[in-house]
Amino acid sequence: MIDIKQLTFGYSSHRNVLTDITLSLDGGHIHGLLGCNGIGKSTLLKIICGLMRPTAGSVRVDGVDPSTRRVDLMQQMMIIPEEFSLPSVSLSSYARMTAPFYPQFSREQMDYYCREMMVDPAEKLHNMSMGQRKKAYIAFAMACNTRILLLDEPTNGLDIPSKSVFRRLLAGYADDDRCIVISTHQVNDIDSLLDNIVILDQTGVALSATTAEICSRLWFGAVDPAAAVYTERSVLGQIGVAPNTSGEDSRLDLELLFNAVTADRESIARLLK
Amino acid sequence: MMEFSEGKPIWRQIYDLVCTRILSGEWTEQSRIVSVRELAADVGVNPNTVMRSYERLESDNIIYNRRGIGFFVAEGAKSHILEIERREFLTEELPATIRRMRLLNVTLDEFTMLFREK
Repeated sequence: MIDIKQLTFGYSSHRNVLTDITLSLDGGHIHGLLGCNGIGKSTLLKIICGLMRPTAGSVRVDGVDPSTRRVDLMQQMMIIPEEFSLPSVSLSSYARMTAPFYPQFSREQMDYYCREMMVDPAEKLHNMSMGQRKKAYIAFAMACNTRILLLDEPTNGLDIPSKSVFRRLLAGYADDDRCIVISTHQVNDIDSLLDNIVILDQTGVALSATTAEICSRLWFGAVDPAAAVYTERSVLGQIGVAPNTSGEDSRLDLELLFNAVTADRESIARLLK
Repeated sequence: MMEFSEGKPIWRQIYDLVCTRILSGEWTEQSRIVSVRELAADVGVNPNTVMRSYERLESDNIIYNRRGIGFFVAEGAKSHILEIERREFLTEELPATIRRMRLLNVTLDEFTMLFREK
């Protein structure tokens, strides 16, 4: 659904944020986009939805260049940015003004999401706390029922109960066709939602694999340091990432995976090949 | 709200959840169970992960799929689950407990006494 080829982007001519990104993100999956601060995750999401153009390389969404902002594509694409400014109106009024751009928008669904996340659609968005405003926008964005949904740090600012409500609502939003991309540092908030992991580093895409592929090849948790490709100390003793030779799966630990890829991406890539 | 523990993969925890509901009688044999999408939304887990659990439950003859209708609890699922869990207990949990008993110098007499009491 989303095809990115040799994409490069720089905000200024002498420094690139994204370099040589080649990646495809299919429908029917929830993709987790991970990477250190400043690596270009948010920039990549903005390029995918046509808010910015790549310096070099190409992006195609359903075969269409999103920077052309074709109406039929824009109707199928929604981004929830990490930070946003909304007009000083209620969510209901905001939806009345904006929803006509999204043919699949459902007011009933927005009301349901608002109820679940305890947001009052009649309250002025400017009077809400940061977390409430984020939930209000999530409710609106999901009610637009677009095939492509891009979320940038969606759990930032959400209180503890809202995080699990958010997980349930997003798991219910996913279907065989929709392509959902979540960029985050808060991996523990959302790891049960993801079935495909993409890690970006300075040189491009350091890893792109399904969680099933990762767990069939790699073991996470207590490991024999001699066999491990990565270890760190924890309260439980040495934990890390090792080749999975047991034939059984361990629980994917995204923090360990991320640290392992950061420390030695070649070894991880070899094991996943 | 479901809390996922460390160690076991999530698909396995969903597998266990379904088994628990069958053992407790909440889901009876030959009755339809919740769809993959419903369960995914209920516990906040990726639907593909839940599908993986259902596929494994199907290949273990605990549930079966009626195309276009949904998943049903198989005939004899309850005794089948008990048999699987019994085997796992005897081959994995019990040997681990015995190793720990040896480590802590727990004698067979102590164990027998407790076993009779409980």
